[in-house]
Amino acid sequence: MADGLELYRWMSLTRRLDDAVMALWKQGRGVGGVFSGRGHEAIAVGAGLALGPDDVVAPMHRDLGTYLVRGMTMERVVGNLLGRATGVTAGRDANLHGMGDLSLGIIGFISHLPQSLPATLGAAMAFRHRREARVALTFVGDGGTTAGAFHETLNMAALYRAPFVVVIENNQYAYSTPLHQQTAVTDFAAKARAHGVRSVTVDGNDIEVVYAAATEAIERARAGEGPSAIEAVTMRMRGHAIHDGAEYVPPDLLARWERRDPLLVFGRRLIDRGDTTPAELDRIDRDCRERAQRAIAAAEAAPWPDPDGLKAGVYA
Amino acid sequence: MARPGRAEGRGVRVSENFGFAAIERSTGREITYLEAIAEAISEEMERDDRVLVLGEDVGGSFGGAFKVTKGLADRFGDDRVLNTPIAELSFTGMATGMALMGLRPIVEMQFADFISTAFDAIVQFAATAHYRWGGAVPWVVRAPSDGGIRSGPFHSQNPEAWFVHTPGLKVVAPATPADAKGLLTAAIRDDNPVIYFEAKPLYRSVRESVPVGEHVVPIGSAAVPRRGDDLTIIAYGTMVREALAAADRLAADGVHATVVDLRTLKPLDEEAILAAAAHTGKVIVCHAANRLAGVGAEVAALIAEEAFESLDGPVVRLGGVDVPVPFSPPLEDAYRPDAAKIEAAARRLAAY
Repeated sequence: MADGLELYRWMSLTRRLDDAVMALWKQGRGVGGVFSGRGHEAIAVGAGLALGPDDVVAPMHRDLGTYLVRGMTMERVVGNLLGRATGVTAGRDANLHGMGDLSLGIIGFISHLPQSLPATLGAAMAFRHRREARVALTFVGDGGTTAGAFHETLNMAALYRAPFVVVIENNQYAYSTPLHQQTAVTDFAAKARAHGVRSVTVDGNDIEVVYAAATEAIERARAGEGPSAIEAVTMRMRGHAIHDGAEYVPPDLLARWERRDPLLVFGRRLIDRGDTTPAELDRIDRDCRERAQRAIAAAEAAPWPDPDGLKAGVYA
Repeated sequence: MARPGRAEGRGVRVSENFGFAAIERSTGREITYLEAIAEAISEEMERDDRVLVLGEDVGGSFGGAFKVTKGLADRFGDDRVLNTPIAELSFTGMATGMALMGLRPIVEMQFADFISTAFDAIVQFAATAHYRWGGAVPWVVRAPSDGGIRSGPFHSQNPEAWFVHTPGLKVVAPATPADAKGLLTAAIRDDNPVIYFEAKPLYRSVRESVPVGEHVVPIGSAAVPRRGDDLTIIAYGTMVREALAAADRLAADGVHATVVDLRTLKPLDEEAILAAAAHTGKVIVCHAANRLAGVGAEVAALIAEEAFESLDGPVVRLGGVDVPVPFSPPLEDAYRPDAAKIEAAARRLAAY
């Protein structure tokens, strides 16, 4: 079990970097678009930390914390956001997209988000094929569950008893479309069960709950007991991307979820348990804020990619 | 990560065929196009335990709609000859994940027509992964393509141009049994996603000498099965056979054609195309796929840009009509090019 303060520290680092990046874009220093994962920290960090070092993960655009806990440096992440040569994709792919690095066990996603599902299943099938005790995990949103790849992948994952875990981040909105306009059945765990995939629904804003559910699912998969789905219920606290003010989201809905902010909830719990003090959490937050600023400064000072390298790497 | 098997290098597996293999290699032995595909798969599976097959109906005793994988499950087990549900999008995406983790999956599309279902997995994810973040995807998608065999709009298509237009893919289309084996072997060993268009009309209708044991035809290299000075016919897949038949008839009347078999559609062998165009000054490009925005258009444009000074006539394109592939024999025959249409076009061009 990860230490409570460790969980908090990773969530804080994720939040401070997210905040700093949003501020950067609002100052006009960004390049292209950017996504906020605010509100998703418990899911991204909790599921990411539950993985073993040899496991593989395909995060989405709200899973900044997953990249960080896998060991991707903030300098590489911000370099990617700013299209710099030092970014994970050296300027080839935008914002958090495509930040794959197999040395860290990360598969890069594409904008067609449900495509990470079969690719991750394939990683799981490779582990099964070689009889390696490794697990592959990916994320999908409520929006992604309505695409065919979700159902095709879960069907095959159960059929082959693959060491595969999917975390369904039910954040209430697919861009501007609320759940009730996406599907008549909003019980996503039930949909996974219908395919023969063991599934649970958990509070996606409680990192201990997410971490425990992910750990159980991962260890079952590792033991050959087949795939799992975890529906983690949360709320997208910002627009779809930086350009989107999300005026279509009722303010009282956001206010309700603001009170359930994953850092707020967990920080308070740690203090109540006597595991930490407000002063210590402040110190962690301040340290993370400074680290985020240093990463941004480094990325802004980093070189642009050389156009002479435009054609390099199309083929392996 | 390479796991060399006992057939590595140019060696011959003498243990098989009770020692006759060496003799067969030197004399060749005649097998069909379909048998050549099956041989490439089984030899690569034998050589490299990272190679596996997946697709609809490929496993068990059935061995696929065309029986290409028949017998493989008995030899290599169900894990390496994996039957999938009807879900092209996700079993192709799954192959991408397997490939990223170091396996070398061969995906069988039951028909090339169904490949559209897997489009995102191929052109968006697999084709771009290496350029974006260095994720190598060494898979092969086998796509049984082409018509002329009265199979209707959804079992007759030639969708290669979609993939030639996609950065990051390689596309091959063999016309002979020897190339079917050699190009599939090269595709399996390639570190990139390769779409392998196999021509259904050739499956059992052509039989020729194919080397036993290791036989690799490099991707990116065209062949010139016939040389003549008067004009050039550039084709691939089934249309190579038609072009050669047309060339025979033309030769009887003293018109001597060079026939270029592209073999690889991406990357194109530009050198071979331009050399033939420069030599004969007159060129026909022919394929069974729709003419409009087809591979032939790219070949013709290449010649117009790079060999303009050598041309003695317009570059002629022959291809399918811009309609869905029709079923009924008179309609399908009107749709596709054949030897007679190539011959007629060649006579017109020769007289230009």
